Amino acid sequence: MTQVRTETGNARPAQYALSGVSWYHGAILLLGFVIVFAAVHLNSREADATNLSALDTLSLWLPFILKGFGLNLLMSFLAMAIATVLGVALGIAQVSQLGVVRVASKFVTHLFRNAPWLVILFTVMYLLPVEATLWGGEKVIIPDWIKATFAFSLPVMGNISEIVRGAINSIPTGQWESAEGLAFTRRQTMVHIILPQCIKRSIPPWMNWYALLTLATPMASILGVHEAVGNAQAAMEAGGGRPEFLLPFYLFLLCLFFAYIYPIALWTRKLEQKYAVSH
Amino acid sequence: MLSLISTMEGNVPRSWTPGMPIVSLRDVRKFYGSLEVLKGISLDVRKGEVICIIGPSGSGKSTLIRCINGLNGIQHGSIRVEGLEVNDPKLDVLALRRKVGIVFQQYNLFPHKTALENVMLAPLLVLKEPRRQVEERARELISKVKLQGKENSYPGELSGGQQQRVAIARSLAMCPDVMLFDEVTAALDPETVKEVLVTIKQLASEGMTCILVTHEMGFAREVADHVYFTDGGVIVEHGPPSELFNDAKDPRTRRFLSQVL
Repeated sequence: MTQVRTETGNARPAQYALSGVSWYHGAILLLGFVIVFAAVHLNSREADATNLSALDTLSLWLPFILKGFGLNLLMSFLAMAIATVLGVALGIAQVSQLGVVRVASKFVTHLFRNAPWLVILFTVMYLLPVEATLWGGEKVIIPDWIKATFAFSLPVMGNISEIVRGAINSIPTGQWESAEGLAFTRRQTMVHIILPQCIKRSIPPWMNWYALLTLATPMASILGVHEAVGNAQAAMEAGGGRPEFLLPFYLFLLCLFFAYIYPIALWTRKLEQKYAVSH
Repeated sequence: MLSLISTMEGNVPRSWTPGMPIVSLRDVRKFYGSLEVLKGISLDVRKGEVICIIGPSGSGKSTLIRCINGLNGIQHGSIRVEGLEVNDPKLDVLALRRKVGIVFQQYNLFPHKTALENVMLAPLLVLKEPRRQVEERARELISKVKLQGKENSYPGELSGGQQQRVAIARSLAMCPDVMLFDEVTAALDPETVKEVLVTIKQLASEGMTCILVTHEMGFAREVADHVYFTDGGVIVEHGPPSELFNDAKDPRTRRFLSQVL
């Protein structure tokens, strides 16, 4: 019996082998959302006239929540940019010919890859100073969302470092040899031959980490950053904090993140398949 | 004082004159761990000569040829290329590799660059020549290896034989004095072997110094000035092709030739 199941499972590996998302997952979820929202709406009809229904409260606070979501996106862009710049440098350092550089970059990479994001977030929050002194001597308070952005970039940096190291090692040694034979320096070989070939094979995992990073940004609400989840919670409080708010509000947040991340996941899978074939 | 002496040693290359062998190996020994793969190889190649190295697989032929441009290091002996001592720790490796071109069995073209870009890259980056001049030479070389019209093709779009000819053009673009060919037809389909051999033959007839490791005995017989038979990390026998192929003295050479001819 088990044998049969394994065989049928293996028969369609292409559908399940990669990140495992398909359009119908989205359709099922959408249907679920519609049903729940309809149910909540019908229930709220019975609410008394003095209190706004859950959906009315949600629509009242919608701009506030969306503004918070804008901050989620901003944090995700900035953190990804920082993580990419630092991660690529760290990844290249991991294949350095200097033992000291190699060991140090490996240590940093694995330190941030293997630490819980929340721990990194708290650590950065308390390690970074409250104020920064500009060149002119004037002092500026570092906003919490900037600190959080930096904190989120660190674990992603570690993972990008590993992606880059893996990509460099996956380039056949013949590429190094023929560049050497043409009197390229190691640096020229890296910049003109090896790294350009790494870009294509790094993009799918890079996008995957972007999606994970974006999904992690609501953690910043713990520290009082006014992003989507924090703002939604504040809106529920302001609306009277009634328990029937919870389901529609959190479902709405789920929808919001899903609508943004899901196309990225589909696109990533497409690229993975394309590059796996063409390579 | 020490630095003075080393400078003197560094000047040795200038003592090379065109009448001397362009490549000269003396008692070259190479180990992989405790395994000795080259057990005292000596040979001379004069300018314009075509040398073929033949022998059974694992006899150290490829290792030998890769030592000549410093891709593999040696533990003992001396390799001189135009007076540059390859075994010198202070060797300017890049200077050596500008003199010695190498073509590999697996072509190793840069897959993200077109044929033309593959040929142009090294002269642009390493020799720092102006782009216009490099492009002109690259186009000439591509037509020389009979690939006109394929300038903008990527390696993935070319056949093995075509890729190998681009690899030859890429190596020639550096204007080397010596060309090394490491079993360049071994990975090719039989029908494309010929086009690559024709290219090498043309090169040899133009006076390029060529050192080839090859399994193409007919080709070796036809183009080589001198053939070396290696087995077990030593040169068993060498001589002009007519002598070696028709009148081999060592039983090992005779046994090998009877198997491949």
